[in-house]
Amino acid sequence: MILVIAEQHDDKVNRASWETIAAAQQLAAGQPIKVAVLGSSVDAVASELATAQVAEVLAVQNAALAMYAADAFVQAVRGLIDQTRAEYVLLPHTYQTRDFAPQLAASLERPLIADCVGVKTADGKPAFVRLMFQGKLAADVVAAGDPPYLVTFQIGAFRADQAARGASPAPVTRAQVAIDPAAVRQRPEEPFQGAKQAVDLTQAERIVAVGRGIKGKEHIALAEKLAQALNAEIAASRPICDAGWLPMERQVGSSGQTVAPKLYMALGISGAIQHLVGMKGSRTIVAINKDAEAPIFEVADFGVVGDLFEIVPAIVKELGQ
Amino acid sequence: MKIAVCIKQVPSKEWQPRINDAGTWIRDQDAGFEMNEPDAYALEEALRLKERVGGEAVACSAGPARVSQVLREALARGADRAIHVEDDRLAAADAFVVADALAAAMRDEKFDLILTGLQSDDQGFAQTGVILAQRLGMPHATIIMEVQVGDGSLKVKRELEGGWFQWISLPLPAVLTIQSGINTLRYATLKGIMAAKKKEIRKAPAPSAAAARQQIVKLYVPQKQKHTEMLTGGAAEVARELVKKLRDDARVL
Repeated sequence: MILVIAEQHDDKVNRASWETIAAAQQLAAGQPIKVAVLGSSVDAVASELATAQVAEVLAVQNAALAMYAADAFVQAVRGLIDQTRAEYVLLPHTYQTRDFAPQLAASLERPLIADCVGVKTADGKPAFVRLMFQGKLAADVVAAGDPPYLVTFQIGAFRADQAARGASPAPVTRAQVAIDPAAVRQRPEEPFQGAKQAVDLTQAERIVAVGRGIKGKEHIALAEKLAQALNAEIAASRPICDAGWLPMERQVGSSGQTVAPKLYMALGISGAIQHLVGMKGSRTIVAINKDAEAPIFEVADFGVVGDLFEIVPAIVKELGQ
Repeated sequence: MKIAVCIKQVPSKEWQPRINDAGTWIRDQDAGFEMNEPDAYALEEALRLKERVGGEAVACSAGPARVSQVLREALARGADRAIHVEDDRLAAADAFVVADALAAAMRDEKFDLILTGLQSDDQGFAQTGVILAQRLGMPHATIIMEVQVGDGSLKVKRELEGGWFQWISLPLPAVLTIQSGINTLRYATLKGIMAAKKKEIRKAPAPSAAAARQQIVKLYVPQKQKHTEMLTGGAAEVARELVKKLRDDARVL
């Protein structure tokens, strides 16, 4: 049995949870899938998750889960794993998962195969594909020893819209887990947004991103024109944010946001690994760059080798027709 | 305050990976090595905390003989002493094995605070710090952007997705994994490099090999997944072609 740990914030299931359900469905090959969601009031999100083609949704409702804390979540998910006897426990590789899953794995003495981009079979066993060495190499990894095996999936490696929906809603069960609040050592405060108005690029359907090829802060306006014409969010590779030409919240890459929009336009972006990791899951990637050898063309669906200062205005004009 | 910082030595960013004959690991004989950049931020944070509250900063690493290079670098930047868990097998080990090796050498030191980078640039598990915390019975917090030391406790600012942050409190001793950009890195001065030669690097034995819990059955250069359609012609022509394809073929407009 495969157990998916979905993630919710403020009664909303994040897209990454649906991506993980898609991954579970690929791994399952006939095995039942159960999806668990944790919080202090989870009926709404449980109903949403019940639309997936899965055997059951486990609503884990407990006052101690009102705010995320590593110790509380580890207790809760351990309880779930014991109850369900899951063989595979799948989670999205979000900041929250990265915070508690290794502690969970360590307490269970079980492997955590993290940040996977695919599922395969090797010698009849499931193998998980991980990228290593800044994305230069891929590894097929199998779990050793007894189950349960914990696996996390890279944001955008699977597509949320590929999670199959059921013909009728899956049954929702209230799952009871024991959490000792005295054993929770972290005391969290309310999350808050950074000083500038934050944008959640992970929710954007279309993104126009700029790299060093934009050459100056004064040229960002050109990219913004294109973004407006496409009803897209503006984003950037790390050097642009380091230079202060766009705020940090707009950064796409391994130390910024990982996004998987329907359309990603990369303007003057070379395609360094740290950036690719953050956007290669996008459905359609268009790259415009002067350099024909730029690594961005490895992941692009459509590529234009040329001057973005000529091409982008032409696209804006064409979109206006 | 007795602060430890765990540092990994990784192949340098420019190194083009070569795969061994079995196809299960890299051949790194010709590689250059460097300090894992996320760990450099952890080291910097440790040095700043030591400067603020007093105490000592101890650099720790697990790996073959060559990792003494990053320990010397840490000492040159200002760490007081170092611990090296030396074993060739640790070079390719997963986070569990590395964390167990570090825990064995660090346990009796009774550190107040342990810092690591949030992940390594080679294997990228993002687990070693958190597993180490569990092994040592310490609470942890990850992807930290600010550290405030209280009386027997910490208040730390976690980075969350989408430009959100969160302060959390936890008791000492504790383990933190540190996010890049928390501070600006210092580099070793000549004076620091000279002083480093006299600082202690304690060798600690690696515990007997714990069974690996995961195994790489194949390591390879990833296949190019995508077919890229290159559009050529003048700007207006390319623009027309692209918009048409995005509208009709890709259906993203």
